[in-house]
Amino acid sequence: MGGAPQKRNRIKNSVGQSAFDAANACLMFVFMLATLYPMLYVIFASLSNSSELMAHTGVLLRPAGFSLAAYQNVSRNKMIPSGFRNSIFIVVVGTALNLALTTVGAYFLSRRDQALVKPVTLFILFTMFFSGGMIPNYLNIDSLGLADSLWAVIFPGAINTFYLIIMRTSFMGIPSSLEESAKLDGANHFVILARIFLPLSKAVLAVMVLYYGVDHWNAWFNAMLYIRNRDLYPLQLTLREILISNDMTQMVNMAADAERISETIKHAVIVVVTLPILCLYPFLQKYFVKGVMIGAIKG
Amino acid sequence: MLLPVLAFYLLFCYKPMYGALIAFFDFTPGIPLFDNKFIGARNFLDFFANRTFSRVMRNTLTISLATIACGFPAPIALALLLNELRSRRYSRVVQTVSYMPHFISLVVICGMIRDFTGSHGVIVQALASLGLMEPVAMLSKSRMFLPIYVISDIWQGVGYGSIIYLAALTGIDQEQYEAATIDGAGRWKQLLHVTLPGIAPTVMTMLLLRLGRVMNVGFEKIILLYNAQTYEVADVISSYVYRVGLQQFDYSYSTAVGLFNSAINLIVLVLANAASKKTTGSGLW
Repeated sequence: MGGAPQKRNRIKNSVGQSAFDAANACLMFVFMLATLYPMLYVIFASLSNSSELMAHTGVLLRPAGFSLAAYQNVSRNKMIPSGFRNSIFIVVVGTALNLALTTVGAYFLSRRDQALVKPVTLFILFTMFFSGGMIPNYLNIDSLGLADSLWAVIFPGAINTFYLIIMRTSFMGIPSSLEESAKLDGANHFVILARIFLPLSKAVLAVMVLYYGVDHWNAWFNAMLYIRNRDLYPLQLTLREILISNDMTQMVNMAADAERISETIKHAVIVVVTLPILCLYPFLQKYFVKGVMIGAIKG
Repeated sequence: MLLPVLAFYLLFCYKPMYGALIAFFDFTPGIPLFDNKFIGARNFLDFFANRTFSRVMRNTLTISLATIACGFPAPIALALLLNELRSRRYSRVVQTVSYMPHFISLVVICGMIRDFTGSHGVIVQALASLGLMEPVAMLSKSRMFLPIYVISDIWQGVGYGSIIYLAALTGIDQEQYEAATIDGAGRWKQLLHVTLPGIAPTVMTMLLLRLGRVMNVGFEKIILLYNAQTYEVADVISSYVYRVGLQQFDYSYSTAVGLFNSAINLIVLVLANAASKKTTGSGLW
């Protein structure tokens, strides 16, 4: 893991230094609490009995009462399973496409021996600094006939130029001697990419999967613009309806119950949607720390 | 082999750039671009003359500068404090926890903000019980928008933002600390004379890159948090483009506003890059 603090040789500790150390340790503890508590609150609230939660004021230190009603309501909702299906499709297919295009693009841009590399690099980099903007993009998707399909959110994000540059930088670090000996054995570009570059780039590939995957999972805006068919809604868009637009019509059948139950349902949906990512998180952590480092080399 | 990559850039980046020409036409969807009436810079002039112009410019700058002023030093401070922790394992635990909010989606973050700051929300209830405010939804109060935006931004980003500074801290030559100790420098002196100069180039580069995006406030968080009561303080250029273009369907005008924003962003970025090259010797290009 990158960025672990250093132990320094210190001759001796004065009282002032020990006091600082203790204060600093406490401060970091408070910081952790401030980071974790909002998430804990959501979990507690989701498990609470809805009328007790409404009556409760102030800080929750455990669920107010206990009830799984919110989760039962969420599990009865049709939009959540279809949202999971659509989001998983977007993440899997989208990330696969991202990886295919990004590796090929990065491989080409990392060539030093081809005349076309420089103009193509400029052609690609220019898009980082200037774009048509929101409305032309919207009209473009419409004119390509992609609207109201999941491809409308997958294709426009098929390459993230910043990630492409990260990957190119990483490819450039691979010694050219490896490639030259492969060429002498008659290997073409596909073989070099598949047999030499990719096996040597496992870490950066993991970073790419993580970055692209999380981006897809969390994206909602393009889906809101392009997808009308509710069966195609990704999870975040359903979530937006529930959390932001306060639209509970899908969730609560009896109007009398609506206000009371809706409070806990909101929390339960957040838990259901966020937990998968946060469960994967400990395994992914070292990769995204690495990703920040690779990105930083370029500066 | 490269064709799909080039096709992507042509279809999804360059074609919309061409499409942005509608800013100069009285465009009706479905009619080929050059069959529309050419109106030159009229959309741009309309925008400059519009009352909203000063509002969105002011809000964009205010929100951006407030985010930089509070959000930029925060990860540096966190990295320095983590670096001073005696226990490596404890430091690692704090780091792990601090990165977590970065992975929560914006929709969920904004949903949580709305929940906590609603009239029944935990923050409002806590403040109300201390007598600090009336139990009303904070997001309906325009003076609360900026603090909520900035604080939630720090909550989500401070841990992730500290990674780069922690890396810079590990890069400092340990012999410098040893030499400083021999010269009798305490930890405070070491911080001032070794640590801070050691991470200064990274800080400078990050600051200039951040300043390069000063006129670029993302619309996603804004449109998830604002409402008609807070437009006066929350509406930025990009959210205005979204509202006029995609909710009121004034395509040409909103494209012109978007182009104006892109142009400013480009100019500011070029200036920031030049400044970065001059002060640190390295830039984006």
